[in-house]
Amino acid sequence: MLARTVENVYWLARYLERAENTARLISVNTHLLLDLPVGIAPGWLPLVDITGNRVLFDSAYRGTEERDVVQFLIADRANPGSIVTSLEMARENARTLRDVLPAEAWEELNRFFMGFSEELPSGLSRRTRFDFLKRSVLMSQTLTGMLEGTMSRNEAHTFMLLGRNLERADMSSRIIDVRSAQLLPADVPELRPFDAIQWMSVLRSLSGYEMYRLGRRTRVNRADVLEFVLRDEQFPRACLLCLRQMELCLHGLPHSAGARSALALTCGFLAAADLGALDQPGLHELIDKVQLHITAVHDEIAGTYFPREDRPMTQRQSQFTPDAAPAAAPATALRAEPSPSRGRQS
Amino acid sequence: MQVDWSAYSATGLHDELVGPDGGPRAAGRALMRHLSGLDQHEIGLRQQAAELAIKSMGITFTVYHEQGGSIDRAWPLDIIPRTICRSEWLRIEAGLRQRVTALNLFIDDVYHAQHILSDGVVPRQIIASSTHFRRECVGIKPALGCWAHICGTDLVRDKDGTVYVLEDNLRVPSGVSYMLENRQVIKRVFPEMFDSAAILPVDDYPSRLHDMLTALSPRRERRAEIVVLTPGIYNSAYFEHAYLARQMGCELVEGRDLAVRDDRVYMHTVQGWTQVDVIYRRIDDDFLDPEVFRADSTLGVPGLMRAWSTGNVALANAPGAGVADDKLVYTYVPEMIRYYLGEDAILPNVPSWRCFEPQQLEYVLAHLDSLVVKTIDGSGGYGMLMGPSASQGERAQFAAALKHSPRGYIAQPVVMLSTVPTFTGNRLEPRHVDLRPFILSGARTYVTTGGLTRVAMRQGTLIVNSSQGGGSKDTWIVDTEA
Repeated sequence: MLARTVENVYWLARYLERAENTARLISVNTHLLLDLPVGIAPGWLPLVDITGNRVLFDSAYRGTEERDVVQFLIADRANPGSIVTSLEMARENARTLRDVLPAEAWEELNRFFMGFSEELPSGLSRRTRFDFLKRSVLMSQTLTGMLEGTMSRNEAHTFMLLGRNLERADMSSRIIDVRSAQLLPADVPELRPFDAIQWMSVLRSLSGYEMYRLGRRTRVNRADVLEFVLRDEQFPRACLLCLRQMELCLHGLPHSAGARSALALTCGFLAAADLGALDQPGLHELIDKVQLHITAVHDEIAGTYFPREDRPMTQRQSQFTPDAAPAAAPATALRAEPSPSRGRQS
Repeated sequence: MQVDWSAYSATGLHDELVGPDGGPRAAGRALMRHLSGLDQHEIGLRQQAAELAIKSMGITFTVYHEQGGSIDRAWPLDIIPRTICRSEWLRIEAGLRQRVTALNLFIDDVYHAQHILSDGVVPRQIIASSTHFRRECVGIKPALGCWAHICGTDLVRDKDGTVYVLEDNLRVPSGVSYMLENRQVIKRVFPEMFDSAAILPVDDYPSRLHDMLTALSPRRERRAEIVVLTPGIYNSAYFEHAYLARQMGCELVEGRDLAVRDDRVYMHTVQGWTQVDVIYRRIDDDFLDPEVFRADSTLGVPGLMRAWSTGNVALANAPGAGVADDKLVYTYVPEMIRYYLGEDAILPNVPSWRCFEPQQLEYVLAHLDSLVVKTIDGSGGYGMLMGPSASQGERAQFAAALKHSPRGYIAQPVVMLSTVPTFTGNRLEPRHVDLRPFILSGARTYVTTGGLTRVAMRQGTLIVNSSQGGGSKDTWIVDTEA
């Protein structure tokens, strides 16, 4: 299959997943803030840091208020990580894939996009936001399910899985980061009861509460939730499981040694971390590193399989000579990569 | 309310369904009987069903928007089919084969010995001044000696019933996907008609196209790697490019997916670089290879012409085939048929004035108000003057242009295109149509069964192009003897 085609499939899956997870991210923060005592929570700005677009935000918005951040994350077309941009990009990628995707998927994506655009105002209003985000997540899941149920298991499907799992691993780690950002003072014992409630809402935002109870058979607590979201071997949104899925995908592809070794490093790093011993800043640092690892995996995949503008022709047919230069952005600019979250405001 | 055929009148015109006595023509008997059993409301419902089917099947075409963007529009289809009798069609088909055979001989001659020019049948100056004559193609021998593998020839019927050839599209003719999809939709809308009337099928085209392309492959030892080369998603015919690639099961590529090394063409796949044998290109010559043609082209592939001229890859249509697409060259096709085949043309041209000949130019200038003037490489209904309906200013503008560059124009009488009943929201009214059959040439010649009927949806207008608000119809070749 064409390199350009699989690149578009990969990005389609990433954007779809990103739209869904950004909705989950906003949702978890909304809930966390409702649960926290007034005057303690840092509010909404950490979300901007976590999605890696702080400079852009500061240049366009004055406030730090809920309204600005939610607008930025849901509806701002200038923000490459916003839900509306992600859906637009998913749609643009899908446009070029009409010979590869089932016809119903294109129709469903269009319906999704049009419905989303029409209902945008309800996403911005606090009263209706929860339903709006829930619907967005549901639409994305519907489309994902439809693709799973109808796509042939060919190279396009392999790259769809790669894109979906990479984005999901990345975003699940960011959702944990939201929780670590809404840091409660560790030494205030009367705030402890809030802790469990908050970890519960992290699970709920990942649709993982029931799966957690089922798999862990223990009450909700920090150490187990971290273990579950980052390292569970059965929960499909757990970082490690996503990475393992990618390993399986790469196994069937030619020239995958580079990507597989980058992936092995990521898995190794995650597996070795002593999650229970991490305090909140330590957790944030860990997640930062995970995201850098994930970015390295992406670079390997892109460098090996995706088209480059310099048209590298090889000595022998059917052989790649990956060069050192990073992948140039394609002329059609169908992707926009949020940078990994960097140090945030305390 | 039943369809009231007595209120349907195409006075002074040739209607494809209703004969001069108000009864149906032979090919339309079953259709008219069927329509008479429906009331207007029922026809309206079926039209809606067709439009819904088109939406859900995602049949679209792209219109360029003023603000630089482009939008996908649902393909316009009128549900009342256009019927042609099989015996008449066989004659038209023979005429098309004859014509395209002569055109291919002409193109090959023009790029080699140029006998037809030396013999003075076609003036040498016409070729010398043709924008679509490519010096780079001189002396090249494409596979099977064939240049125009896919040809879309536009036919029109005048009020006296004569079928004329209006123009030949030998560069990148489009529309065949809509011909195929129209049939799919109409089968859903009038399933009962396909039980009773002997309507010949059209679905054969993609496999014929695939066979034709396969036969061009320079590599015999293995399955030919065939690709469709598109300018990309913003091209107005992108839907068709994707459709044909899907139907043939081959890759839809853009220029940036291909690269040339050692005069061979490769495409960048997940497995690596795979050699390509045949390219069905839907990009104009100008953009094909920046090393040879427009250097600023980002749509093409540097080195493609080298690969083609050394015979390592086949291009359909061959570069340079557009030399016969020139409307001035068109006026010589009957002479070509006589010259190469020793036959009279089965299908006549629309009578044309060649403006580069001084006496003819003089006549054209004196009769601008009754003629159609066309630029020799215009398409899509652009770049033409409809004399009778044009304003004084427009005519003056064209007169000046004609005097300035007479080589660039031909003129023709206004052909009062035949009509077909068309649903206009609450009743059936006559609307003008043309017909574009597609002809495949290579190891053998194949003509589509019928073609794409385009219809001018606005009352009185003769412009059928979809970019100018035209619609389309399913075309039925009906075996009246079956």
